[in-house]
Amino acid sequence: MTGGNTEQHIVSYGKLTTVWLGLLALTALTVWVARHNVGIGHVWGSLAIAVTKGGLVIAFFMHMKYEGRLLRWLLFFALAVLAIFIGLTFFDVLYR
Amino acid sequence: MTLPDLTTTTASSFWNDTGRTGITAWIFSTDHKRIGLLYFYTVFFFFLIAVVLGVLLRIELMAPGRTIMGPQTYNAVFTVHGVLMIFLFIIPGFPGAFGNLIMPLQIGARDVAFPRLNLFSWWLLIFGAGIIITSLFTGGGPPDTGWTFYVPFSERTGTNVSLAVFGVFTVGFSSILTGLNFVTTIHRLRAEGMTWGRLPLFVWSIYATAWVQILATPILGITLALIIAERFLGTGLFDPARGGDPIMYQHLFWIYSHPAVYIMILPGMGIISEIIPVFSRKPIFGYKMIAFSSLAIAGAGSLVWGHHMYTSGMSDTAILVFSFLTFVVAIPSAVKVFNWVSTLYRGSISLDAPMLFSLSFIILFSIGGLSGLILGAAATDIHVHDTMFVVGHFHYVIFGGAVFAFFGAMHYWLPKFYGRRYAEKPAIVAWALMFVGFNITYFTMMVLGMKGMPRRYYDYLPEFAPLNLVSTIGSWILVSGLALLLVNLFRGLFKGESIGRNPWGAATLEWTVPTPPPTENFEEEPVVTHGPYDFKGAGIP
Amino acid sequence: MNGPLHKDDAGAKLGMWLFLFTELLLFSGLFLLYGAYLNRYPHEFGAAGREMHLGFGTLNTVILITSSLLAAMAVTAIQRDERRKAIGLLGGTILCSAVFLFNKYLEWRAEIGNGIFPGSPRLVVGPPGESVFYSLYYLTVGLHGLHVLIGGTFLTLVAVRVQRGTIHAGNYVLLENSALYWHLVDLIWIFIFPLYYLIL
Repeated sequence: MTGGNTEQHIVSYGKLTTVWLGLLALTALTVWVARHNVGIGHVWGSLAIAVTKGGLVIAFFMHMKYEGRLLRWLLFFALAVLAIFIGLTFFDVLYR
Repeated sequence: MTLPDLTTTTASSFWNDTGRTGITAWIFSTDHKRIGLLYFYTVFFFFLIAVVLGVLLRIELMAPGRTIMGPQTYNAVFTVHGVLMIFLFIIPGFPGAFGNLIMPLQIGARDVAFPRLNLFSWWLLIFGAGIIITSLFTGGGPPDTGWTFYVPFSERTGTNVSLAVFGVFTVGFSSILTGLNFVTTIHRLRAEGMTWGRLPLFVWSIYATAWVQILATPILGITLALIIAERFLGTGLFDPARGGDPIMYQHLFWIYSHPAVYIMILPGMGIISEIIPVFSRKPIFGYKMIAFSSLAIAGAGSLVWGHHMYTSGMSDTAILVFSFLTFVVAIPSAVKVFNWVSTLYRGSISLDAPMLFSLSFIILFSIGGLSGLILGAAATDIHVHDTMFVVGHFHYVIFGGAVFAFFGAMHYWLPKFYGRRYAEKPAIVAWALMFVGFNITYFTMMVLGMKGMPRRYYDYLPEFAPLNLVSTIGSWILVSGLALLLVNLFRGLFKGESIGRNPWGAATLEWTVPTPPPTENFEEEPVVTHGPYDFKGAGIP
Repeated sequence: MNGPLHKDDAGAKLGMWLFLFTELLLFSGLFLLYGAYLNRYPHEFGAAGREMHLGFGTLNTVILITSSLLAAMAVTAIQRDERRKAIGLLGGTILCSAVFLFNKYLEWRAEIGNGIFPGSPRLVVGPPGESVFYSLYYLTVGLHGLHVLIGGTFLTLVAVRVQRGTIHAGNYVLLENSALYWHLVDLIWIFIFPLYYLIL
């Protein structure tokens, strides 16, 4: 099965710039949150913001929003495996 | 539709069709068949060295006290035996040799998705192997840590751990690239009509294996890098005096190394699924379940690594969780065994060499698998952990399982690529010697383990002496069978009787091309209209 | 004789994504260790986090996010056959990567000057959690920096090919794949930043 660039998805400069501004805003937010919250509880908050930023990069910069189902499912699968590796390890780490 | 019985000479096959001459025609080839053979001979070379080391280990253990080597040498020998067998034979060998040789043909493709990357993978194997070999003869000498490189010893020993581990890292990178190549190939290059539901089960097994290669091997990469960092940079991440936790090393190591054993066994199981239908003249029983079970084994097998760590100091909760998950992974393996046996039922069975290896696979793998349940149950594991029982267990599944499947594949498929076959009777004798010798060698180990003999110990109590002697004698029978197998097979491949296009009467696509296959595999891309075990549909009586 | 290699851009992209997964899993080992040790040493991690140079970290985050923007724009440019713009954008990305690495150098020079490096006397005698934090920091950021270098190299090679015309609107999968790699480098930093600089 050969194929050229039959399905091109071109993301406009405008859209990319908007995403960039969003990423910058989230960065500012996460720094602000960290400086105004003491304690470890905000680790989850920082991670949530990081996940959002990551999602934007993957969806728009990496074009995942415009890709087919296969790639999306494979990404989900890889992330699930990663989560499982860390999660199962924590059955040990948390309960020593 | 019956195809003509195209017996060709090697004149127009992949053996001769190239623009280069001599060795460069091979080591710079991007033809998956040539690369497959390169992998085959590379890994087989290391297999033979590792076999010799194994024989030497058994000679040392033949009697208490020193027999032929001192304790430091013994530690190095079992370490190198493991490293060669695991990282330079089985893990690269199954996907690299038979995956490369067979998978593209079986899906009706001309080659893999990334042929140059494929060649690069083989070169990485060679470089990694070179680094590992170098580590044996330089610096502080060959590593003595066991192939598992546990901390703290691997951080402190003066032997050449860093270089060896860097070699393994390189070989791991080779494995990753092969996995990536194969997944892409199977998704993108299947011929018309070759739906997922018509894929040969060997291809399903290679697919599942490739995913493990992609997702698990990088963890090995970072773990090995951490060993080097600990040794050179003093990072202290696994050193309790510096705040580290040695158990974290074990987690990282086994997160890869347990799924790695599924890299070792899944292609073997795929081979069995190919051979049994052909030599029973019956379609495989439960195709969908076997395909699904390959994925299930890869998936569930990635969740159980903690069963290597029950006695390490891990939390009780983790012990419980991992023990339960370990029992779960036994289920899809059992599903395969049931389906193979059901395929045999009322089949027209011919006991050719490939079939003998496949049948003995079922027996030996089952014994190994059952002993795995004893190890997987945390309570019983406490008694047998780090004893010879473990050594017996994994040799049953890896040697009696995966490697016997490898031997079956050698007899089944190599003749297709050489155009000649081995002699049947010596092959059967060789198999019988190996089967008997194998059980004597490794069953006694399981008994010794139950009785309390530790593994990786240079010496043992006098009460273990008789069984150790028996085990060693078994190893001599085993090796003599192996020698006969190799002499017979390779003499046959180079000088034996010529074979036609489809000597075994199989229905998968690799048997539709001339013998040996031409470089481009198929003159025209095939259009698939029947399943891989549908002998009638393929027009084969 | 090997025939012409068939062109399968979707396959090439799939292969690249699979490779990105492996890179993700490679770093995940270090993040796993971070998680386990954060759980064990929450206060020492917090204390060490407070000592990190937030300014450098934030600046580098902004630089990488911007470099990602430029790389994504380069893909759009080549798709629209705007070759010179593509080269300019790629050049911008590469420049960002160089600035990032230079910042890293300055940061590490300061830290090493303060006696903070793996196995340093100060860390060996200090609280164990602090030593673990900094060991993980150097390994993770170091490995990341290596990937910045690799990504920058890929992008340079791609820029040369755009210049030569071997990468163009009808055949740009190499550029696309190099951009994907670059975005991964950005992604990893997006997680490094809060874990090492914002644990306050």
